[in-house]
Amino acid sequence: MTAPIQVRSPKRRGDQVFSTSALVAGVAILIVLAAVAIFLVAESLPAFLANPADISSDGSGFWGLVGPLVFGTIWAAALALLIALPLSIGIALFISHIAPRKLAQGLGYIIDLLAAVPSVVFGLWGITVLAPAVQPFFVWLVDNVGWIPLFAGPVSGTGRTVLTVAVVLAVMIIPIITAISREVFLQTPRLHEEAALALGATRWEMIQMAVLPFGRPGLISATMLGLGRALGETMAVAMVLSPSVIISFALLQSQNPTTIAANIALNFPEASGIGVNVLIGTGLLLFIITLIVNSIARVAINRRKAFSGAN
Amino acid sequence: MTTMNTLSLTAPGGYRPLTRSVMLTTLGLSVAVSFGIFVILDLGGTTQSFNIVGAVVVAAVINVVLIYVLSRISEGRRKATDRLMTGLVTTAFLITLLPLISLIFTTVVNGLPRFDLTFFSSSMRNVVGAGGGGLHALMGTLEITGAATLISVPVGLLSAIYLVEYGRGRLSQAITFFVDVMTGIPSIVAGLFAFALFAIFFGPGIRFGIGGAVALSVLMIPVVVRSTEEMLKLVPNELREASYALGVPKWLTVVKVVLPTAVGGIITGIMLSISRIIGETAPLLIIVGMSTSMNYDLFSDRMATLPVFVYTEYANQGADTQAYLDRAWTGALVLILIVMVLNFGARLLSRLLSPKGMQ
Repeated sequence: MTAPIQVRSPKRRGDQVFSTSALVAGVAILIVLAAVAIFLVAESLPAFLANPADISSDGSGFWGLVGPLVFGTIWAAALALLIALPLSIGIALFISHIAPRKLAQGLGYIIDLLAAVPSVVFGLWGITVLAPAVQPFFVWLVDNVGWIPLFAGPVSGTGRTVLTVAVVLAVMIIPIITAISREVFLQTPRLHEEAALALGATRWEMIQMAVLPFGRPGLISATMLGLGRALGETMAVAMVLSPSVIISFALLQSQNPTTIAANIALNFPEASGIGVNVLIGTGLLLFIITLIVNSIARVAINRRKAFSGAN
Repeated sequence: MTTMNTLSLTAPGGYRPLTRSVMLTTLGLSVAVSFGIFVILDLGGTTQSFNIVGAVVVAAVINVVLIYVLSRISEGRRKATDRLMTGLVTTAFLITLLPLISLIFTTVVNGLPRFDLTFFSSSMRNVVGAGGGGLHALMGTLEITGAATLISVPVGLLSAIYLVEYGRGRLSQAITFFVDVMTGIPSIVAGLFAFALFAIFFGPGIRFGIGGAVALSVLMIPVVVRSTEEMLKLVPNELREASYALGVPKWLTVVKVVLPTAVGGIITGIMLSISRIIGETAPLLIIVGMSTSMNYDLFSDRMATLPVFVYTEYANQGADTQAYLDRAWTGALVLILIVMVLNFGARLLSRLLSPKGMQ
């Protein structure tokens, strides 16, 4: 028995340099993400450790300040999701299964255009066009269904309420949710669809029986990604909302809970001393919240890849 | 005609499919009724002006309900549900088009008055009230976005090459996962990161252009990695194997065979990622700040950028409100135009550059 002869290709300098630089770039991404976390923690530590009286005049400290902001962030994002999700599923189904094949791609582009509009333009549009347009409708709501706590008065005179913000946010996240769910719906195995149709199902029954069950995991991750975007959206909220630091479920009043991101954008330019650290601390919280939401989305997507019969 | 008979059991009046002419008549009827109602409301003084959005929405609702009822009577429950859902889904699509149309329309109408030579040839230095322009902001945006692209493209490209050509095991899994997670970092957090990073070295008052470029890179790198990775994966393995069989080293295979094959898609991805970051406002507001004068130096002092220009013109309106609003809208129009050009250019390029047979 002789040992098997190992043939090794010569180590080339070019290969080594190239693979090392590729590796370095890859690791650099991990380092950047770690650096984001480390620097945010480092700069927000003073806020966590500071004397509560230095942070807010009523002595409630960092957590007393941050509570309403976290509430406002989640509340606005949840409302936006509530509006965006049904519309997005509808649009995705329209593009993937109902619109004529030739039109479908073009229609997809049109929805993608919405994603390309900068958020500051959305903010400008929200405050000059949308808010005045929906204000009469808000008045009507308060007058007629004001007994529901959500729609309780007094109504905001400007229309710059959390509901308007939710509508703007919904418009901003619709393209994200639509793009992913459209892809998922298009991946439905043709055999499933044709089997359903062959059994005499109408198109809607086919969508119910074949497309939606197949697309559910993808839909969940699309929703989470949209939620992540809505949580972190800054300028549209900062410009449209008339903010205050409160916890309130009322949708149409002039006192609205503001979000972490909008609060940072509005107060950072003038902040100094411990105020800067407090704002960075709230930013760290936002980072953690979106990190959790996005990780859930990614895990859902990866599971689908592993178990779906389509791949 | 057995199908007819079974189906007729479900519909009380026998199965009569709705013809195209019936559908069109229903649509015309609902539009007429809805617009009629809104014209009467307008003339009666209930609404201040003719509410076109309301009229369209009400017309859609009437149409969907009418079709459902008609179909229920003549085609049966299942077909009626199908038509109802088709109508609702189509309406969802049309409703979403409303904000897009309204947004583009308002931006163009409000932006055109100041879309003139002065806007592109002067800054806001010593300008109070009318006049002035956004040249300083445009230059700032181009410089900062350019710097961000210079940082992100090499890192993103190489990482994607690592993931597709070299990466095995835990490390590449981790990079893939965290690139995905990084895609979701809120832009304002990226700005705070850049600020925290530079504040440690230069003190808390630090504001400069390169910081903005770093913040934007954090947002841009994952997009570049993702799109490049997808494109590299599309390159057929046979090409690589043919190259190896000819004795070409791996790195030359990547540089001379894999990258040129995928170059169209890669450039498209990079352009789309630029269009994504060029409109970012929040990070620049934090680390770059705002200025009214020209500043070409990325490494010192505040710089103006187009998105922040739009925001500050709106937020700090002077006595002559209209002049500030006009400038804000013109800035927004320029921004949208840049983004649209990048988007359409990217799609066009990917068509032109994609290798023959893959189109």
